[in-house]
Amino acid sequence: MTTMTIQHHLTDDLLMGYAAGTLPEAFSLVVAVHLSLCDDCRARSEAYEAVGGSLLGALETADLAEDSLQATLRRIAAGPPTERVRKAGGLFPAPLQDYVGGDLAAVRWRPVGMGVRQAILRTDRGASARLLYIPAGAAVPDHGHRGRELTLVLQGAFRDEDGRFGPGDVEIADEAVQHTPTAEAGLPCICLAATDAPLRFRSLIPRLAQPFFRI
Amino acid sequence: MLTDALTLDFADASPPRPAYTGRVRAAPRRARPIPTAPIAETKPTVQPATDDIDWSAVLLRVRDSRDNAAFAALFRHFAPRVKAFLMKSGADATLAEECAQDVMATLWHKAHLYDPARASVATWIFTIARNRRIDALRRARRPEPEDLTWGPDHEPDQADVLAQRQDSARLGAALTQLPPKQRELIEQAYFGDRTHTEIAAATGLPLGTIKSRIRLALDRLRHELK
Repeated sequence: MTTMTIQHHLTDDLLMGYAAGTLPEAFSLVVAVHLSLCDDCRARSEAYEAVGGSLLGALETADLAEDSLQATLRRIAAGPPTERVRKAGGLFPAPLQDYVGGDLAAVRWRPVGMGVRQAILRTDRGASARLLYIPAGAAVPDHGHRGRELTLVLQGAFRDEDGRFGPGDVEIADEAVQHTPTAEAGLPCICLAATDAPLRFRSLIPRLAQPFFRI
Repeated sequence: MLTDALTLDFADASPPRPAYTGRVRAAPRRARPIPTAPIAETKPTVQPATDDIDWSAVLLRVRDSRDNAAFAALFRHFAPRVKAFLMKSGADATLAEECAQDVMATLWHKAHLYDPARASVATWIFTIARNRRIDALRRARRPEPEDLTWGPDHEPDQADVLAQRQDSARLGAALTQLPPKQRELIEQAYFGDRTHTEIAAATGLPLGTIKSRIRLALDRLRHELK
């Protein structure tokens, strides 16, 4: 999985938030998928976990219940929790398969027009996650953001005002970004996107009424 | 150097055991016995000095020989800190106690996954406690990256284990030397279960100030670790 050349990585505040466990679940999902594909960001995220470990080690202690150790030994004697068996292989890294319930074939797509399809994934309320399917050469309607949006490419590639995004790359867009991602020719572009605010499309009928940039 | 650091003399090890030589046993990871529960607790008579203990070596004794005394020592050191961490994150004492017990039970059950070249024991416990907090306080799932495949007989290089220990020690020292304002924000970012925006609302500081203070703190930590 590390043969791909990732150009667009995660920021320090996302990696730190993920390590600290304070990101909304949908953002954590994008981070976990990127870390599955990017050893550099995984190493950086483990460094942030080490900061958490150091802080934990230096904490002043809280008083335990009197029978705390005994109670813990009883928990241990009750046996280990059942391990989830993770699916391996396929287009989707394991954390995404955990949410989809399988690989690409298991996705329940809904058309959103222009050949673009999406599938919403269940996460907590802080942010929403969805899979996007953009036919090769097609554009995602021009949209701005009220919050932050992370878009990770799983297959194919798209281009927008910020450059080219291929498999493993993450685009991080905030309120200031007004962009028109367009899928490259070749494979359909499949992305995992998370946002902490609803997307605003500029009009209900997308400006770009037909696929273009068929290079 | 490694043997200096491996003087394990916490006072609770009442059953006699062979002198610990500081060598980590190279047991193949897949061939470990199925975990069984420790039978009984051994009461400590004297509070051990915990500062210089190599907790990795202690955890490896839990991992490799299901050593009860080693588990009890880990419990006495870390469980009160895990509980404090959960209370700082907003759990009440009852929930924090429950979760701390759970975290320590998970440590026993998942000891075979601990890799002393990748993380200190404090860091590994922090990740277990963090995940428990997300589950207990937010009722959300924690997406985890794909497992790294090390191969069936991977046993970490002792040089890597030592390097990890030294880095952790330097990181710990660097954190204590941060200016108080920066350290507080770093603590809040990890313990408060709050995003930067929520910290801004709680402290009245502008978001930009919080972000730049945290960035300064991290730059300082990075500089110390070079």
